[in-house]
Amino acid sequence: MNNYLKEIFNGLKSLVIGLKVTMTTMLTKSTTIEWPREAAPIPERFRGHIMLRKNEETGLSKCIACGSCVRACPSNCIQVKGAKPEGAKKKAPILFQLDFTKCSLCGLCVESCPVDAITFSRNYALAGPSSEPFATMNLLAGLASPFREESNEL
Amino acid sequence: MNEISILRSLLTIVGVSVAIGLNAVFVVWLERKVAGHMQYRLGPTEVGPKGLLQTVADGLKLVSKQIIFPSAADKPIFALAPIICLVPVFVAILPVPFSDTLQGHELDIGLLLVIALGLLNTLGILMAGWGSDNKYALLGASRAIAQICAYKIPLLLCILPVIMLSGSFSLRGIVNAQDPVWYAVYQPVAFFIYIIAITMETNRSPFDFAEAESELVAGFHTEYSGMAFSLFFLAEYSYMFLASAIASILFLGGWHGPFLPGVVWMLLKIYFFLCLMMWFRWTFPRVRVDQMLNFGWKILLPFSLLNFLITAGVMAIL
Repeated sequence: MNNYLKEIFNGLKSLVIGLKVTMTTMLTKSTTIEWPREAAPIPERFRGHIMLRKNEETGLSKCIACGSCVRACPSNCIQVKGAKPEGAKKKAPILFQLDFTKCSLCGLCVESCPVDAITFSRNYALAGPSSEPFATMNLLAGLASPFREESNEL
Repeated sequence: MNEISILRSLLTIVGVSVAIGLNAVFVVWLERKVAGHMQYRLGPTEVGPKGLLQTVADGLKLVSKQIIFPSAADKPIFALAPIICLVPVFVAILPVPFSDTLQGHELDIGLLLVIALGLLNTLGILMAGWGSDNKYALLGASRAIAQICAYKIPLLLCILPVIMLSGSFSLRGIVNAQDPVWYAVYQPVAFFIYIIAITMETNRSPFDFAEAESELVAGFHTEYSGMAFSLFFLAEYSYMFLASAIASILFLGGWHGPFLPGVVWMLLKIYFFLCLMMWFRWTFPRVRVDQMLNFGWKILLPFSLLNFLITAGVMAIL
């Protein structure tokens, strides 16, 4: 009889403790982040697709079209063509194309770049209806070009 | 005189249907909100303000879907089961007084009617389980039958002291009998056991054996789709509403309360019980069937019987 009552008492006590847990949870703020109205913070070392760093003074890319990233890439997903713009001493890229469908984000291109021109972007919202735009990503887009019109024809 | 009574019947039918429909829409939304916030989530947010119209959208989806009859199903029973589950609520809600003036139909034996029709829910579950020709459905139905034996007797033994104290089977009479002091004060044990028993009666967690989605797919309504499924859903929430209304009438003084009008007090009390049941559902894990039976027969029954006998003894002495 004593055991029976004790069991009931302990059971009731545990139920009350459980109810307290859910009630405190209910009164705390929920952790949901309502994408796409707000976004979760991206970790500092997040790896998006690679992008070219901009030279803040000139607005040009820092790339010297040396091709070390092309050689370092284990998946052959980078294509670089370079030329010397008129009057310049160093080469600059005419074409810097990434095939992101093959890229495994290993980061060897970022490490191998002698002028630190490549970095990881923080762009993760990369859904699309076809693979085409991702197979031919033009990383020079959005950067100023040192070349005149005629050299854009490649 | 005759025209007035016809008008009154029509108004009652429309009123009850609207009340049951609106209640289901609101309570399903509330349940999902409560469930979300109890798990650090938000619940529905997109459809309508604060997601209020989510249930309407879900309902429209369910209505537009096909009802699939399993090839081996017992078709008449299969088709009748959701209706048997839902329709008694419409009748049982008639004698429930929502305020001094708002009542479908005053019955001297209103409480008996509610208790009797409350049993039909289990019949509907049994028919669904039997008619589906599905092992999970049948297991769910058999559990519902085992459960009804475990909770119905303590439930009635908790109602009996209230009937003895008020000396009335009429729900209106019971409310009027507890004008100064609620019966929850005189009968705390009966009140407590009654709350447990109505969670069992409405097949809510931690006693949702008939459904038991982690063990029995969806229990008795495994084979139901479309509107037939949503009728079961509607029935569950309507029974919750009815059981909460009866609980507030029996123990919390019905529509009585200061300042606010009677209907508001009644609805506040009803939604207090509904929120309590939601709180239980999202806190307690489902117990085992044998644990539930032990609990019903070895704990609820002796305590409610003892409470009943003590009440009867005290009343005889006084």
